[in-house]
Amino acid sequence: MSEGGFTRALMAPELPVPEGLVAPGGRPAGARFDVYRNNVIVSLTDALGVAFPAVRRLVGPVFFAAMAREFLRAHPPRSPRLALWGAALPGWLEDFPPVAKLGYLPDVARLEQALREAYHAADASPIAPERLGALPPERLMRTRLHLAPAARALASAWPALSIWRGETPAMRAEEMLVARPGFDPVALSLPEGGAAFVDRLSEGLPLGRALAPVPRGFDLAAVLGALISGQAITDLTEAT
Amino acid sequence: MSIDLKSLSVASAVAAALTAGGGMAQAQAQEKCYGVSLAGENDCAAGPGTTCAGTSKVDYQGNAWTLVPEGTCSDIELPAMADGTPREGSLEALERDLPA
Amino acid sequence: MTDRPASELPPRPGVGFKSKHFEALTHDPGAVAWIEIHAENYMGDGGRPLAQLDALARRFPVSVHGVGLSIGGEAPLSREHLARLRRLVDRVKPASFSEHLAWSTHEGSYLNDLLPLPYTRATLQRVTDHVAEVQDALGRRMLLENPSNYLAFAESEMDEIAFLSGIAEATGCGLLLDVNNVHVSAVNQQVPAEAYIDAFPMGLVGEIHLGGHDAQEDETGAPLLIDSHGAEVADPVWRLYARALARGGPKPTLIEWDTDVPDWPVLEAEAARAAAILDRERAPA
Repeated sequence: MSEGGFTRALMAPELPVPEGLVAPGGRPAGARFDVYRNNVIVSLTDALGVAFPAVRRLVGPVFFAAMAREFLRAHPPRSPRLALWGAALPGWLEDFPPVAKLGYLPDVARLEQALREAYHAADASPIAPERLGALPPERLMRTRLHLAPAARALASAWPALSIWRGETPAMRAEEMLVARPGFDPVALSLPEGGAAFVDRLSEGLPLGRALAPVPRGFDLAAVLGALISGQAITDLTEAT
Repeated sequence: MSIDLKSLSVASAVAAALTAGGGMAQAQAQEKCYGVSLAGENDCAAGPGTTCAGTSKVDYQGNAWTLVPEGTCSDIELPAMADGTPREGSLEALERDLPA
Repeated sequence: MTDRPASELPPRPGVGFKSKHFEALTHDPGAVAWIEIHAENYMGDGGRPLAQLDALARRFPVSVHGVGLSIGGEAPLSREHLARLRRLVDRVKPASFSEHLAWSTHEGSYLNDLLPLPYTRATLQRVTDHVAEVQDALGRRMLLENPSNYLAFAESEMDEIAFLSGIAEATGCGLLLDVNNVHVSAVNQQVPAEAYIDAFPMGLVGEIHLGGHDAQEDETGAPLLIDSHGAEVADPVWRLYARALARGGPKPTLIEWDTDVPDWPVLEAEAARAAAILDRERAPA
């Protein structure tokens, strides 16, 4: 009995139970093998449902379970750490025909994955926001805002944040910041251009250069407010 | 806009953010608090064994996949569209609003 | 290595740590003297899981219990995963490290279940090599746990106790005796659990596991118990536990409850029940 034959039968219920597996009295293992089949499929389906509760709520638990079975066969965990398994789900949903009409679903999954990553990200201490206010304007423009490892920005062509919150949004694009004040991640709304701006800060651009390509009417105060309230700014350094 | 004016507007945005920052945390605080589910825990327990999930094959290619997402209608009801057409409560309706 | 005790855990009850019990554990642990964690849940970079673990490790002896190393697997152990385990062990300095006689990864895919292996000379050599590699990588002795069996392999050449004893003899590892697994396996294979307990090398046991199971039937109507960790410890398991202690003396004893995790008082009551049996075993005759 090879591990390969065992695994193939485990993942493909239409295959017969491998020979050489026995129940008491030496009869074939039969349904006893299904215990393992169930353990694998149910435990991974449950893990995915816990990881993506909004996706599960949006498609319903029955559909989600069937979808999870397809996903876990296509993208089984590649590491025993289940905490972050599912990073491939958003991209997989893009190409999964039964949800083709739910265009927002991949972005809701992206937001949920970002929240999980933030939950397990390295700890960091935020600066006192007053440090930002104490900088004179010309120095402010040269200042780099260092962001917490938990902080990440997303831009969606859909109202993904509102849908994730369970609201009833009108059609619009939404941008959002995932951050972790303390231990509990939050998803905060960003104004248009905010996600790309946060990405530029993450790349280490000073404030003035990060602002260069922003759209007209860019609401910098709202972005900084989100970064401050998400305790996402961990240091300020001046570019030379 | 001169550099100086832009710097000044940035400084005033900072001032506004410092004033508003705390309030935003309050307003958007409702999303926190699902630490346990975000933890995504491994354990060494077996499944309950009553389910046939591992023994049934679902295949969405061809006709076998007959399930459709069932949660979208019950959870989100959208307002009527501008022309008054009801959206039937489904987010699928959002497609109609997308620019071509 | 074999001169030292199989684990540094106290011979008292512990519980599998769940985040929802953090407050109770830090304020009034009752009968609970130590905690066990599943290693794979503490392999992030930061955040609440590691913060809670650090806080608990200052107060309780900690047992790190791996669920994903795939020690029984055909493939070489994952160097990456061993390194993650080493980091965790260095951080927590646990009183015990244990893993399962099972496999869970095939061709790089993690199946999230403790899957069975045949007991042959070839698999004995393989698991022995893997256990030795783990002990080298972690710089410490480990405990190897007996599995729950739902079926058997026609090709097996020896029984489970001979297999476990052979690994312990070759590597110096200790054993983790899961009494619920003994009961589940015995019922499923229609053999007496008492005989297994009576034959188990209790001197090598560094820790005992107790947990709940689920009762089903197979397609012939034969009983089929499932190791669900989702209920109170069953009476036959308590009796086997007392029998094991009568042979081996008091041992660190874990209450495992992983699914439908109850409120703290229910879990603590299970620990208190184990404490009473441990105390009886400690009392002079």
